[in-house]
Amino acid sequence: MDLRDTPAEADFRTELRDWLHANLPPDWAQRTPQVGHFDPELRRDWSRRLYAGGYAGLTWPVEYGGAGRPYTHQAIFLEETARVGAPTHLGVIGLGMAGPTIMVHGTEAQKKQHLDAILSAETIFCQGFSEPGSGSDLASVSTRAELDGDAYVVNGQKVWSSWAHLADYCILLTRSEPDQKGHRGLTYFILDMHSPGVEVRPLRQLTGDPEFNEIFLSDVRIPVEDIMDERGNGWAVAMTTLLHERGTLGFALTAHLEGNMVQLLETVRAVGAADDPVVRDRVAALYVELEGLRYTNLRSLTALMKTGVPGPEGSVSKLQWSETNQRLTSLALELLGPDGQLDGADGFWGGFWQYQQLRSRGNSIEAGTSEVLRNIIAERVLGLPRSR
Amino acid sequence: MDFAFSEEQEMLRAAAGSWLSDRFPIDRVVQLADGEPGWDPASWAQLVSLGWLDRDLGLLEQAVLAEQTGYALYPGPWWSTVALAGPVLGVVPERPTTLAWAEPGAAGDLRSAARPGPATMADAVGLLTGTKIRVPDLAACESVLVVAAGPDGPGCWQVDVATARVVPTSTTDRTRRLAELHLDGTVGRPVALEHGVDAVLADVRRRAGALLACEAVGVAQRCLTLCTAYAKERTQFGRPIGAYQGVSHRIADIFTALQLARSLAYRAAASVNDGTDDADQAVTVAMISAGDAATLAAENAIQAMGGIGFTWDHPLHRFYKRAQWIASFDGTGRSRRAELAAQLL
Repeated sequence: MDLRDTPAEADFRTELRDWLHANLPPDWAQRTPQVGHFDPELRRDWSRRLYAGGYAGLTWPVEYGGAGRPYTHQAIFLEETARVGAPTHLGVIGLGMAGPTIMVHGTEAQKKQHLDAILSAETIFCQGFSEPGSGSDLASVSTRAELDGDAYVVNGQKVWSSWAHLADYCILLTRSEPDQKGHRGLTYFILDMHSPGVEVRPLRQLTGDPEFNEIFLSDVRIPVEDIMDERGNGWAVAMTTLLHERGTLGFALTAHLEGNMVQLLETVRAVGAADDPVVRDRVAALYVELEGLRYTNLRSLTALMKTGVPGPEGSVSKLQWSETNQRLTSLALELLGPDGQLDGADGFWGGFWQYQQLRSRGNSIEAGTSEVLRNIIAERVLGLPRSR
Repeated sequence: MDFAFSEEQEMLRAAAGSWLSDRFPIDRVVQLADGEPGWDPASWAQLVSLGWLDRDLGLLEQAVLAEQTGYALYPGPWWSTVALAGPVLGVVPERPTTLAWAEPGAAGDLRSAARPGPATMADAVGLLTGTKIRVPDLAACESVLVVAAGPDGPGCWQVDVATARVVPTSTTDRTRRLAELHLDGTVGRPVALEHGVDAVLADVRRRAGALLACEAVGVAQRCLTLCTAYAKERTQFGRPIGAYQGVSHRIADIFTALQLARSLAYRAAASVNDGTDDADQAVTVAMISAGDAATLAAENAIQAMGGIGFTWDHPLHRFYKRAQWIASFDGTGRSRRAELAAQLL
């Protein structure tokens, strides 16, 4: 056990710091914290720079356009980019979910078509899993796929799809065998979002931001070669996607939380609360949770490097992160006092904390609700009897 | 970065776990705890032969053992000898040995024990006079290291326990008892301290804290194991109670807190072992997280197990009391968070 950088890791960290310094705008460190999402065009441009610099798909195999580096380098990358508040790659779904799934279940043609394009942000993916009637109970999806000659005709509705309004492709879970229920009879497609019959409508969140979308599918024809794995085997493919979603998400989320912690400390000082013992106690408690997440991620990383597959413990990081981030942003908003009522131009940092705090309420719902994650821990990790 | 124990360390863990479950099943621990002298003195020679007191044992190996002793609730002065006395002497002593630093009316934390100067006095020929309180495992030890003010300033003196007056106190955790040490012209031998008493006590705090955090992880793990097994077996309304989310989610929360505490406890041990700059803060953070996790684990386990977990006959309360002992060692969650805030703000 040695938590310090190896010489190779230290070299990578130094190179990356130099690269970030050279590629971020000179006044980047002095900017006001950004409210909401980074502008998509800024992120697309940043994604291209990452790709050109060899920092997109750090752990992906070289044959698929990745850098073939160990997961520790990916962890260093996330630490260092969070430290300077750099934008993140636009292809969140492609990098974290679609890409790893295509590597496991995709055909050679699918790998060639998509993997490199995901890394370069040439194509953006979105996810079509949840439906109005299928949230936590994913196995109940009812979007219908019927074979008609050399294509499937798909009808249905998907919801909570981030980036669908920008996406070129969608990883889509459908029911191809209507006589089968639950996990059986599902088929997983790579849907071209530019196909006729695909309509994307923005879904406004309680923050006011249209971050998510609904996708309406009306007689959309998907060629049979765009099935991932085999007809009827969609559940297994979806499980690969979710395992990677929760497995590697922990690092990105913790990096985001580290950024919020830095902003929280600045806010405490800015509002003159640095001597308030109650505030100090709460800040320290949050810091302990952040450190717990950081080192839990590193510990599961060592396990991931040994087995190659993220363990179900990834659910722990997601669960804890969402609750810590909610407490942190609520404390920040409380620190603003009555000024917390002002948003936008009149608010502290342009309403940064107002947005962060409201957005955090989604953290315990998206990518597996806290209730579902506790079920996963209880049943799959601890072996308690199924609750249903 | 390599955040895992080595194969040899994992073998040590397995061997220690199986020895403890064989020799110190919980029924026997309870019997020892409720009787006198509160432990099995014959087990000391066995620990020595198992290598648990070897001088070349590193902190990571000790961390593995501390976790196992927490899981088993081993009653005996191993931690006091290794973590309190070892850093003062520079080597782990062969005899059961503890450290006496706290005094009536003083702050009582390790780092301020030698400042401005303890009330306990050592004269020029090493005769000690004064009272020390809350000395861990004192009645089970043969030797005690006493922080005292000597003619040339504060230092440490070694005293044979048999030559001093030991007054046991009614400790909540009967598996790690505290006692008062009364010295009245008692003979002490000065301990040579290479880097001064403040530096030595800071080192004690780091090692004792890192090992206690690992011990707390073992305590939390045992509480989790006990209530998980119960929730699978106990049925009500025709189903195992672990199938109800009101019960299972409470148990899942133990697992989550334990995962975080485990990471921080191991990281504290690694940081102290490597002597990194962040070692002091790593210990503070680990003590907060592990103390809280062990307490939460015991409390959630008591709730999940219903009436049986609330009885004296069930061993769960023994783990709860150890968790509370650990959480209040050399500070509290509140004092540790204040210390951490001073570094952040």
